[in-house]
Amino acid sequence: MAKREVPQPNTSSTADIAFLLLIFFLITTTMVTDTGLSRRLPPPVDSDVEQKVEERNTLVVLVSQDNKIMCQKKEIELWELKDIAKEFIENPHNDIHLPKKVPVTIDFFGQVEITKPHVISLQNDRSTKYSKYIEVQNELIAAYNELRDELSLRTFGKSFAELDEDRQKAVADYYPQKISEAEPKEYK
Amino acid sequence: MAKFKKSSKGGSQEINASSMSDVIFMLLFFFMTVTTMKEVEYKVQFQLPDATELTKLEKKSLVTYIYIGPPTAQNRARMGSETRIQLNDKYAEVADIQDYIAQEKGSMKEEDQPYMTVSLKIDKDTKMGIVNDVKQALRKAYALKISYAATKGHIEEHHYR
Repeated sequence: MAKREVPQPNTSSTADIAFLLLIFFLITTTMVTDTGLSRRLPPPVDSDVEQKVEERNTLVVLVSQDNKIMCQKKEIELWELKDIAKEFIENPHNDIHLPKKVPVTIDFFGQVEITKPHVISLQNDRSTKYSKYIEVQNELIAAYNELRDELSLRTFGKSFAELDEDRQKAVADYYPQKISEAEPKEYK
Repeated sequence: MAKFKKSSKGGSQEINASSMSDVIFMLLFFFMTVTTMKEVEYKVQFQLPDATELTKLEKKSLVTYIYIGPPTAQNRARMGSETRIQLNDKYAEVADIQDYIAQEKGSMKEEDQPYMTVSLKIDKDTKMGIVNDVKQALRKAYALKISYAATKGHIEEHHYR
């Protein structure tokens, strides 16, 4: 018999396979970004200095030790909180029990009245569960985000995330996020 | 000249591509090893809480991590099951946080320091007492930008309770 040549396997596709794997790993590694609720803590102050805020301007949200939510000393459910917070932040009907509106000038909006002095005071007990606390924080942040989104849609016809930086800043100034994470106190 | 004589056969010559796969494989292995090595060895267990209003942490180099949760199973005999704090890859106390933050800040570029973010990876069953202590320590250390690490998910109680 005549000597036959051994056929060489075609290896040109291994490069493509390896490329595919490479791209897969590149993408998955960059996609694992950390997500979380971003907050800003107040700078340290002397404990004696207590800021006086008018009663109508504060919304006290307390997460008690048995993980119940108390809003202005009334027990509420989690799903109620967002609407309460939204009404509190916006004060749409100029209610005298809700935060005072003050005139300010904001780019793109001009002279507007907003509830600038409002504060949402989030308090908790030492034995409150962390997950409950995060749920409440999440609802409060959601209230701000929804208000900002609604305002963006009304004035610019786009959602907040789609706006450019200047407009985002203007909208954020209209509804400034004021969640105060109070220093721990002992609650009975 | 005669030096650059065309090959007698004519037509385009095929390039030998057999080494290309090796090069790419090498790159692939590089990425695979680098990504697994970057992780800190967790000494505490934590299951992050769910949330919907998440923001992404952009620059990894600006982020410092603090882990809080019960010790992992292999450390439990030694450390008990009380909630512990992990900084870098060892257990720590609340009092160590200020030094840790100062040290982390020092290792950053000066212009980056104001943008330092502390990501708190806290188990969802943790009691708020220890979280408050950590927060107070962070305030004292002037690490004011924090992020409560959470995963995207629905909050069940929303609809059912």
